[in-house]
Amino acid sequence: MKVKAQAVQERKPAAEVPKTGADLFVEALQAAGVDTIFGYPGGAVLPIYDALYRAEPRFQHILTRHEQGAIHAAEGYARVSGKPGVVIATSGPGATNLITGIADAMMDSLPLVVFTGQVGRSVIGTDAFQESDVMGITTPITKHNYQVQKQEDMPRIIKEAFYIATTGRPGPVVIDIPKDISGEVYQTAAAEEPIHLPGYQPTMKPNNNQIKKLIHAISTAKRPILLTGAGILHAKASEEVQAFAKRFQLPVASTLLGLGAFPASEPQFLGMAGMHGTYAANRGLYECDLLINVGARFDDRLTGNLEHFAPQATIAHIDIDPAEIGKIIPTSIPVVADAKAALKQLLTVEAELPDTESWRNHLQDYKEEYPLWYNNPAQDLIPQWVMKAVHKATEGNAIITTDVGQHQMWTAQYYGFDRPNRWVTSGGLGTMGFGFPAAIGAQLASPDSRVISVVGDGGFQMTMQELSVLQERKLPVKVLIVNNQSLGMVRQWQEFFYQERYSESLLDIQPDFVKLADSYDIKGVRLETQEQLVAELPSLLQSDEPVVIDCRVLRQENVFPMIAPGKGLHEMIGVSR
Amino acid sequence: MKRIITATVQNRSGVLNRITGLMQKRQFNIDSISVGKTEVEQISRMTFVVEVEDMQKLEQLTKQLHKQIDVLKVADITDHAIVARELALVKVVCPPASRNELQSIIAPFRASAVDISKDSMIVQVTGDSDKIEAFLELVRPYGIKELTRTGVTAFLRGHQPQAADGNTYSLITN
Ligand SMILES: Cc1ncc(C[n+]2csc(CCOP(=O)(O)OP(=O)(O)O)c2C)c(N)n1
Repeated sequence: MKVKAQAVQERKPAAEVPKTGADLFVEALQAAGVDTIFGYPGGAVLPIYDALYRAEPRFQHILTRHEQGAIHAAEGYARVSGKPGVVIATSGPGATNLITGIADAMMDSLPLVVFTGQVGRSVIGTDAFQESDVMGITTPITKHNYQVQKQEDMPRIIKEAFYIATTGRPGPVVIDIPKDISGEVYQTAAAEEPIHLPGYQPTMKPNNNQIKKLIHAISTAKRPILLTGAGILHAKASEEVQAFAKRFQLPVASTLLGLGAFPASEPQFLGMAGMHGTYAANRGLYECDLLINVGARFDDRLTGNLEHFAPQATIAHIDIDPAEIGKIIPTSIPVVADAKAALKQLLTVEAELPDTESWRNHLQDYKEEYPLWYNNPAQDLIPQWVMKAVHKATEGNAIITTDVGQHQMWTAQYYGFDRPNRWVTSGGLGTMGFGFPAAIGAQLASPDSRVISVVGDGGFQMTMQELSVLQERKLPVKVLIVNNQSLGMVRQWQEFFYQERYSESLLDIQPDFVKLADSYDIKGVRLETQEQLVAELPSLLQSDEPVVIDCRVLRQENVFPMIAPGKGLHEMIGVSR
Repeated sequence: MKRIITATVQNRSGVLNRITGLMQKRQFNIDSISVGKTEVEQISRMTFVVEVEDMQKLEQLTKQLHKQIDVLKVADITDHAIVARELALVKVVCPPASRNELQSIIAPFRASAVDISKDSMIVQVTGDSDKIEAFLELVRPYGIKELTRTGVTAFLRGHQPQAADGNTYSLITN
C-alpha cells in the first residue's frame, strides 16, 4: 500500500503580522535574486520560516530530509546554474549537519550562501539548548562567515555574502543569525549601503607582462600542454579555452573537476590526468616542456609524487586565486586573473605559433596504443561498459552527478563530457553521499535536462532519504546505482595494498533498492545482464519520471590504469590488459 | 628562518580567530602575535613573528593572509629598516639584600622596577627581542618567579635605505 500524504494543508492567509528581522532577511534574498532555497526548519529559524511562509512571491523551498541533503543539493544547483546555492538550517544540530557540505563547497570552490539559526544573543556562550559555535566551526571551511550582531546589519551582510560567494574564486559564505534578531519586530529601515569591502578586490585582468612571457614561452615550446581545471567552468570560459588550444595546437589534459571545459571528443583531448587518468594525459604532463595550467590547483590526486610531476617543464599557471599559484609547484609564469579574461588576452596578442606536430603525433600514438581498457565477458554487467551504455543512451548530453569511489572514476573516464557544467562530482573533499542530493539541485537548476545520478551502493545509502524529494517534487532524476555490493574503491585498495584483507568493505547485506524505491512510490528496476540493460536502459533514462536503477555489476572489477600512492606520473600500473 | 609579518585588518568579530586558524591549518609556527588598535578607527594591526622553512612557505603565508576578506594589507617587513619592540614583565627573586645589585643590572637596560615586595621585584623591560633575551640571561641567576612577554610589535622606520644599497637589515636574526 502506498502511503499518500493527507490532503495538502491549505495555506493560511498571511495575517497582518508586524515585520520582523526575518522579513528583512526575505527582502535581502529577493534583492539578491534568489528563487530557490534548500533547507530544513527548527527552533532557531522559526521566525525565518514564518517569513518565508508569508513571502510574496513565494520562494521555491526544497525541504530535504536531512540538512546534508540540502547542502549537497545546493552545491549541485550551484555547479550547474553558476548561481549561488542558498541553504537554511537551524542552530546546533541543523548547523553541524551542514558541515560536510560546506567543507566540500570550499574545496571545490562552489558559491553557496548558508544561513544558520543561532540561539538568542542573550544566551550565546552559555551552552544554551541547541547552541553550537557555528562561527568557530565554520571559519576554516568558509570563504567568509558572519554572525549578525545587530538587526540593521542584516541587509548589508546578506548583500556582501552573495557578492563574496560569487566573485573571485567562488566559495561558501555562512551567515549565523541569532533567533532574537530574526524574531524581533523591526523599527528602522536599514539604509541602502553600497558594498564596501576594501580588503577584498579579486584581480580579474591579467598582467600584460606575464601574458607576454606566456606567449613567448608558448611560441618557443617544443612540447607544450594545456591542463584544464574547473576555474574555466567558473569563468564560463569554455569557448575561449577551445579557441586557445586550437590557436596554438596544444594537446589538452583535464583535471577531474575540469571535465567538460574542453570537449572530450576533440582529437586534441588526451583525457583526464591523475591517479586514474589516461596514459596519454599523464605522459603528456610528464614529458612536456611547458605546462599551461588554467584554473586547476595541482591537487595531489592529479600530480602524484611531485618529484616526477612535469620534471622538465616551465610552469605557467592562470588562476584567480593568487594563493594557489606557487602553493604546490614553483611557477615561473604566474598569471593572476579570471580565466576568461586571461584567455581572451592570449587569443588576441600577436604570437608566433609553435611547431607542435611531432609532439602531438607522439601523444596521439600513446592515445592509440594505450587507450582505457576493460575486459568484457559476454554476460555480466561491467561497470565501464555500463557507463558507455549510459553515454550512448543519452548521446552524451545528460547532466551527470556522481558520488565518490570507483563508479566516479569510471564515469569520469567513460562518459566523455563534451559540454561545460554538466558534470557534478565531489573532487577535493571526496564526499560520499554527495551525488544523489547534488542531482536534485542539478535538476532544479536545469529542469529540461536529463539528470542522472551515478552512485555506488555504499554512498547512496548515506543520503538516500532524499528519495522523498523526488517523490514530492516529481523530479525526473535517474538514480543509477553501480551496485558492486562493496565499498568498491576501498576494496580495490585493500586488494592492491593490503593483501586482499577486505576489512569492512564488503556489503553482503543490502536493502532491496527496488522495494526501497517502491516505498517512495518511485519506479525501481534491477538490471543484471547486458542484454537486459541494452533493452531497458534507453527507455528508463528517457522517462519523465524518477527511476531508481539497481545495476548489478561485477563485484571484483577495478579501476585502471592507476598511479599508486607515492608514485609518479610515469609509474602507472594497469596501463594495458 | 624567523620573519616579522604585519597585517592591517578590519576590526570585525572573528578576524583574529580566522587568522590564527589559518596559520594552524596550514602548519605555520607562530612565535608571537601582538594585536592592537591603530590610528584609524575600526582598523587593527597585527604583528606576527613566524618561523618558516623557506621563501615559498613564506609567500604562501602572506598570500593566505591576504586572501582573508577582512585583511587589508600584509607585509613582510623583516628585511626593511624597522623598529621592533617587545615588552616583558619579570618577577625576580629579590630579598632586600639584593635590591641594589639588581638595580645596577636594570639601569643599563633602561628597564624599570615597577613593583617591589619583601622578597621579589617586578621589572619591566622593553626593546627588541635580543635585548630582552640578554636581560633575562642576566637576571636568571637570581631566580625568575614569573615571566610574561607581549610579543613583538613593529613598524617601518620613516626613512628606508634605497633598495640598491643592499643594506637593509633585520633586527631578528636566526
Ligand atoms: C563520507 C565518506 N566516508 C568514507 C569515504 C572513503 N571512501 C572512499 S570511496 C569509498 C567506497 C565507496 O563505495 P561505493 O559508494 O559503494 O562506491 P564504489 O567505490 O563501490 O563505486 C569509501 C568508503 C569517503 N570518501 N567519504
